[in-house]
Amino acid sequence: MRGLATGLSFFVQRAAQAIVVMLAIAVIAFAVKGALGDPLREIMGEAVPEAQRAELRHQLGLDDPWPTQFARYLGGAVKGDLGQSYVYKRPTLEVIAAKFPASFELVLAASLIVVLISLPAGIYCAVRPRSLGARLILALSVLGISVPVFLTGILLITIFSVRLGLLPAFGRGETVPVGPWETGLLTLDGLEHLLLPAITLSSIMLPLFIRLIRSAMLDQLGSDYVRTARAKGASHLRVWLHHALRNALVPIVALGALQIGNMLAFTLLTETVFQWPGMGFLFLEAVTRADVPLITTYLVVVGLLFVVTNTLADIASLWLDPRISLEGGR
Amino acid sequence: MNVPTSPLFAVRTTARDHPLAAVAAVVLAAIALAALAAPLIAPQDPFDLASFDLLDAELPPVWLEGGDPRFLLGTDSQGRDLFSAILYGTRISLTVGVLAVMIQAAIGIPLGLIAGYTGGRVDSLIARLADIQLSLSSLMLAIIALALVRAGLGGETLGRFAVPLLVVVIGLAEWPYFARTARAATQVEAAKDHVRAARALGASGTRIVSSHILPNILSPLIVVATTQIASAVMTEAALSFLGLGLPVTQPSLGTLIRSGYDLIFAGIWWVTLLPGLTLVVLLVAVNVLGDALRDALDPRLSSR
Repeated sequence: MRGLATGLSFFVQRAAQAIVVMLAIAVIAFAVKGALGDPLREIMGEAVPEAQRAELRHQLGLDDPWPTQFARYLGGAVKGDLGQSYVYKRPTLEVIAAKFPASFELVLAASLIVVLISLPAGIYCAVRPRSLGARLILALSVLGISVPVFLTGILLITIFSVRLGLLPAFGRGETVPVGPWETGLLTLDGLEHLLLPAITLSSIMLPLFIRLIRSAMLDQLGSDYVRTARAKGASHLRVWLHHALRNALVPIVALGALQIGNMLAFTLLTETVFQWPGMGFLFLEAVTRADVPLITTYLVVVGLLFVVTNTLADIASLWLDPRISLEGGR
Repeated sequence: MNVPTSPLFAVRTTARDHPLAAVAAVVLAAIALAALAAPLIAPQDPFDLASFDLLDAELPPVWLEGGDPRFLLGTDSQGRDLFSAILYGTRISLTVGVLAVMIQAAIGIPLGLIAGYTGGRVDSLIARLADIQLSLSSLMLAIIALALVRAGLGGETLGRFAVPLLVVVIGLAEWPYFARTARAATQVEAAKDHVRAARALGASGTRIVSSHILPNILSPLIVVATTQIASAVMTEAALSFLGLGLPVTQPSLGTLIRSGYDLIFAGIWWVTLLPGLTLVVLLVAVNVLGDALRDALDPRLSSR
């Protein structure tokens, strides 16, 4: 009963934190919108007499004091209305939502590659630290960390698309709708298009996670309970996976969560290299065209993604290690 | 137990135990020297657009068929000598990286010293701030900050103020690494006899921190500075690649990679991949050196 109560209060506190952060992001987005955007010019153009401008400014409520305007912005945000895009002439949230599946599928595919490779590689490097294989993996990981993600993408395009002509270099290929979701995972063409971007995005996260898993495992393997388990005659595999990995997952999830922001940035870079029609690509296009409402809505959406994934990681930590209390969470 | 770890001692031990790091240091020194002496070495001024000849555009490096001995590494789409552009690009990339890390150090080290020496509430406040700053990706923050500048003031203004903007943005976002290291090292140092003696003699807190603690914690800070330079150079390259950094008229390595990107589909790979290779060699050298220095200075890690 007590465990449930602690879990619940943990959840409530994390949710409260998330709401505070989202409010801060909304303030920033609102301030940016006010500072950079001039909806009048977008609607009427430059050559309109001042009286008419003032009239419209009044109609749109742009001469209200800023708390009123902010309240209006927040009210709209709650209802999912964050303004109209200058370029697309559609609600900004709708424009971004349409690009979300592309980004999500890219991140999903890359994460899958990262998990499938970094877990075995990291565990191997920890249990056989002096082996040739472990040294090779670590040396490669230094190289991997030193190659910027956009360069990996350019290199892969040069080799596999331009030289060998094996794989497509840009776009998502053929997609099919599953309800409102346009997926590229169900067509061969879509999967072919996904392969290079996914490998590129995973290449930058892989070295980080291999090192992270390795050092978390090393910490656990040196501890007393592992020695006890060994002394009791547990098999190597059982000690590694059941005892050490189970406990190593706590720091892996906690430190891995710190990479969520970087993952967003790396996704943006990957999307730029492969002209992948995702949210990051859309954002840079909006920046070039000074589509201020679209930019600020992107900030809100990315902030929301960041807060939600971080909160999920916190909850996962609690689930993995029930000893983490609210105060001792850090 | 306390091994003397003066920077010079660290360099000597590192070179002995890590031959690879010695190679990395030599490579790094060569790149830094070439970048510094770019105006003397470069056969062409890559900023002087009038000196380019479009007839020389897209020439391959000399070792490929069609190469021109005047252009060692070939030319880009404007007829710019790639070797000169890479020399100057490295110079700009390193300048931004080093200046940004100086800002990080200027913010992070004092905060870390204060946190580590005073402890208590100030300490936990600074540690918490560092945690928050670290959980926000500095690359993402930099992208957003420069994107807003670009959307607000236009690409041209961004280009004109790109160097100071990049330095400040990258500098502000990554101070926690210095703060954390300085804090941990200060806590260790503050407990030592010489600091206690200084305090007993009535030295002020400022004096103890500046002349008894800071000189003794320089080694770990140098390690942080090394890896931070790599990270700052990489961030700058990423921003310039996105078109949020240095303009084509004043290209850094990232800008060169960006401007050559379209040409790869025509089979002209050198314009983008040669600056890319330079960047990777630079980053690998700095990272290898940083790893080796950390091993040499942190006996706990190297015993593994």
